[in-house]
Amino acid sequence: MSNLSLVLIVVLVAAAALALVVIGYRLAVARRSQSTLITPPLLPDLAEEQVEDADRGLDSKSVIEDVLEEATKTETTKAEATKPEPVRLRDRLGRTRAAFAGALAGVSGRSSIDDEMWESLEEALISADVGVSTATRLVEAVRASAKAAKIKDGSEVEGLLRKEIALLLSPADRTLQMASSGPTVWMFVGVNGVGKTTTIAKLATREGAAGRHVVLAAADTFRAAAAEQLGIWAERSGATLVRGDEGADPGSVVFNAMASANSRGADLVLVDTAGRLHTKINLMEELKKLRRIVDKTPDALTEVILVLDATTGQNGLTQAREFASAVEVTGVALTKLDGTAKGGIVLAIQSELGIPVKIVGVGEGPEDLIPFDPEEFAAALFGE
Amino acid sequence: MFDSLSGRFDAIFTRMRGRGRLSDADIDEIAREIRLALLEADVNVRVVKDFISRIKERAAGAEVAKSLTPAQQVIKIVHEELVATLGSTTVKLTMNPKPPTVVMLSGLQGSGKTTAAAKLARLLKSQGLQPLLVAADLQRPAAVEQLRVLGKRIDVPVFYAKEGSPQNAVDVARSAFDEAARLGRNVMIVDTAGRLQIDEALMDELIAVRDIVKPTNSLLVVDAMTGQEAVNIAVAFDKAIGLDGVILTKIDGDARGGAALSVKAVVGKPIIYVGTGETLEDFEPFHPDRMASRILGMGDVLSLIEKAEAAFSAEDAKAAEEKMRSGQFTLDDFLDQMQQVRKMGPIGNIMKMLPGVPKELKGAEVDESQLGRVEAIIRSMTAEERRDPSVINGSRRSRIAKGSGTSTQEVNALLKQFKTVQQMMKSMSQGKKPRLPIPGMPNR
Repeated sequence: MSNLSLVLIVVLVAAAALALVVIGYRLAVARRSQSTLITPPLLPDLAEEQVEDADRGLDSKSVIEDVLEEATKTETTKAEATKPEPVRLRDRLGRTRAAFAGALAGVSGRSSIDDEMWESLEEALISADVGVSTATRLVEAVRASAKAAKIKDGSEVEGLLRKEIALLLSPADRTLQMASSGPTVWMFVGVNGVGKTTTIAKLATREGAAGRHVVLAAADTFRAAAAEQLGIWAERSGATLVRGDEGADPGSVVFNAMASANSRGADLVLVDTAGRLHTKINLMEELKKLRRIVDKTPDALTEVILVLDATTGQNGLTQAREFASAVEVTGVALTKLDGTAKGGIVLAIQSELGIPVKIVGVGEGPEDLIPFDPEEFAAALFGE
Repeated sequence: MFDSLSGRFDAIFTRMRGRGRLSDADIDEIAREIRLALLEADVNVRVVKDFISRIKERAAGAEVAKSLTPAQQVIKIVHEELVATLGSTTVKLTMNPKPPTVVMLSGLQGSGKTTAAAKLARLLKSQGLQPLLVAADLQRPAAVEQLRVLGKRIDVPVFYAKEGSPQNAVDVARSAFDEAARLGRNVMIVDTAGRLQIDEALMDELIAVRDIVKPTNSLLVVDAMTGQEAVNIAVAFDKAIGLDGVILTKIDGDARGGAALSVKAVVGKPIIYVGTGETLEDFEPFHPDRMASRILGMGDVLSLIEKAEAAFSAEDAKAAEEKMRSGQFTLDDFLDQMQQVRKMGPIGNIMKMLPGVPKELKGAEVDESQLGRVEAIIRSMTAEERRDPSVINGSRRSRIAKGSGTSTQEVNALLKQFKTVQQMMKSMSQGKKPRLPIPGMPNR
C-alpha cells in the first residue's frame, strides 16, 4: 500500500509539474506575438506494443464446424419465424414510443403551460438519454417558439418539440457511400459489446443479396472467437472471410483483406475491429494504424462507422468525440433499438459533432438493419 | 468534459463564505448542481429526485463544521449518501453449504457476460475454488467457442452441448450438474445468452434455466456505460428471475457509472464485482466508496493509482522517489517522468483525475504538442546542464534555444518552472502538503 502512495506522489508531482510547464509555456508563447512554431514531434507509434500474446495454433476448425452446424439450425428456425415484410423503424420503435409517450402524457394532457410542465418535458428528454444540455436547449427552443406563437395550450407543445428535434437532426447525408472505382471499404469501430460484428453480418447479408462481392476482414483478433463469429456469418451470407490467428496483428488482417479485395475485384470490404474503450490510447493508436493501412488504397475508405448501443448514456458523446478524432468517423450505427432504450444520445452526437446516424439495428436477423429516418424517429418517439 | 461536482460548488460557495449555516436558497442552488452532476453521470431521473430530497433534508439541518468549508461539508454529505445508497460494505458471493454453488449470469447483449464469466472463474480459482464454466449461450454465433477459448486460457473446464446432444440452454444447464459432480467442481458459473428484457421468449428461456440451476447467486451483468435504461433492465430481470447482485463491467472507460447507483437504488441488490479491463485478471470486488467518488467526479485517486501502476514499474517509482527525497531531482529525471506520465494518457485527462488540483488548471486546455517542445529543450542540453541547470548562462541558453528550435524566452520559462518543481519536491519530501504556486490562485 505504501508503494501505491509513493506512485501517487510521483505522478502528482509530475503531472502538476507538467501543468506548470505547459502553462508557463503558454505564457511564454503568448508573449511572443509573432510565433514561429516548429512542428511538434509526433507521439510514438504505440500500436506495435499493443498486441497481446495469446494462445495460438488452437485447433478451432472442428469447433467451427460444430458451431456452424448448430448456427445454421437456429437460422432456419429463425427464418421461418420472421415475416418477409420490410421492417420499419416505426414498428420497432413501438415500445420506445410507448415509454416516451408515457413520460409525455403529463405534458400533452395539460391545458395550461407552467414551469412544472417545462420541467417534466425536460425530464422526459433526459429519460431518453438525450442529456441535460441538449434537453435544456431543446426545451428552451420550444419555450421560445411557444411564446412567439402565443401558444397557451399544453397539448400543442408536443408538436413544437417534435419539430425542434427534427430540426436538430435536419438534413444530413445518411447513405452509405460507395467508392467511384475499385473496392469500397467500410470500417466499423466502437467500444466493447456494442454489436459491431452483428452489424457487419447484417450488412454483409444485405449487400451480398444485392449482388455485391463482399470481403469480411476479421480484424478483431483480440476477443476470443470473434473471427469464428464473423466466419459463421460469412458462410451464411456468402462473403469471403479474411482472418488471422487469435492475437495476430490486426494490421496484417486488414492488409490481407485489402490485397484479397484488390486481386479478386471485390466490391466491398467490411472491416470488423476489436471493441476498445476510447480511453485506451494504445488501442486508439492501433485503430489509426488500421485506417492508415486501408488508406494505402486511395479513396477506397468511404465510411468509418461508429457502432453505438442504444442503451448507452452520456458517455456516448465522449465515445463519438474520441473515435472521431482518432479515425474521422463518418456516421453512427445505432444498435439494439428494439428494447425500451431510446438512444437519445444521438441527438447530442449530431448536434455537437455533426455525425449523423446512418443505420439502425432493431433485431437479431439480417433484415433488422434499417436506414435512419429522422422524421420517422421523431414521429415514432411521439406516437404518431 | 464534465465539471466535477466540487468544481461546480466552488462558485456558489465563494459567495457565501463566512456564513455558518446554509440558507434555504443556498441549498436549492446546491441541489440543482447536484442534480445536474448526477444526471450527467447517467443516474436515473427518478433516482436523482429521491436522492436530492434526502440531501436537502440533511443539508438543511447541518451545522457547518469548523474544519470544513461549506463546500466540503455538502460534498461530504452527498458522498456519504451515495455510499449509503451503493452499500457501505463490499459484498461477497454466497456459498452453497451443499456444493455446487451456482452463479448464473444474465443481461443484455454485449454487456460482457461471457468475459465476466471467465474472469469470475479465474478469480474463484485463485481463491482455491474449483469452478466449472457452463456455456448456456446458444444464441450468439461462436459464443460457446469464445467461452471454450477463455476457459482454456485460465485452465478451467467448460461444459457445453456436444454434437448430437440437445442444443438448448435448458438441457445444457441440466446436464451441467452431472459434469460438475464428475469433475468434482464446487462452483458452477452459468453464462447465458444476452437478451433484451422485453423479449418474452428469451426471458421465458432464462426463467426455465433458472428453475433448473437454482442459482445460489443470480447476477445481472450491467455495462457501466448504460444510461437511463439501467433501471428498466434491472427491474425487469429482477422481476423475471430474481437477482442477488450485479456485476458492473467496463468501468475502465471514462463513463461515470451512474447506472450502478440507479440499479442499486431501484432493486436494492448489491454490486458485487466490477470488470476493470481487457485482460482476464481485470476483475475485482466492488468498492462502494470508490464508485461514489467516481459518480461525483471527485478526483478519482484510486483509478489514478491504477493507471499509474500500469504505466510505472515499481522500480521506476522507487528510483524516482529516492531522487525526490534526496533532493537530486534533475532535468533528466523530469524528462523520464514526463514520458511516464504521457504513457498514462492525455495529460488533460490525468489532470482531471488529480485531487486538489485547482479548477483553473483542470480546465486548462493542455496542448500535448507543447510537451514535445519541452522535450526538445531538455534534449538540447548537455549532460552537465541537465544535472545542474545553474550553469546555464546566456550563451548556453541561446545554444539550447537554437538546438531545440525554440526561443531563449521559452528556455527561460522552462528553467524557471523547473526550479519551482524542485522546490515543491523538497517541501513534499519533508512531509508538507504540496502547494501549487500559481498566480491568482487561492490556497486551500
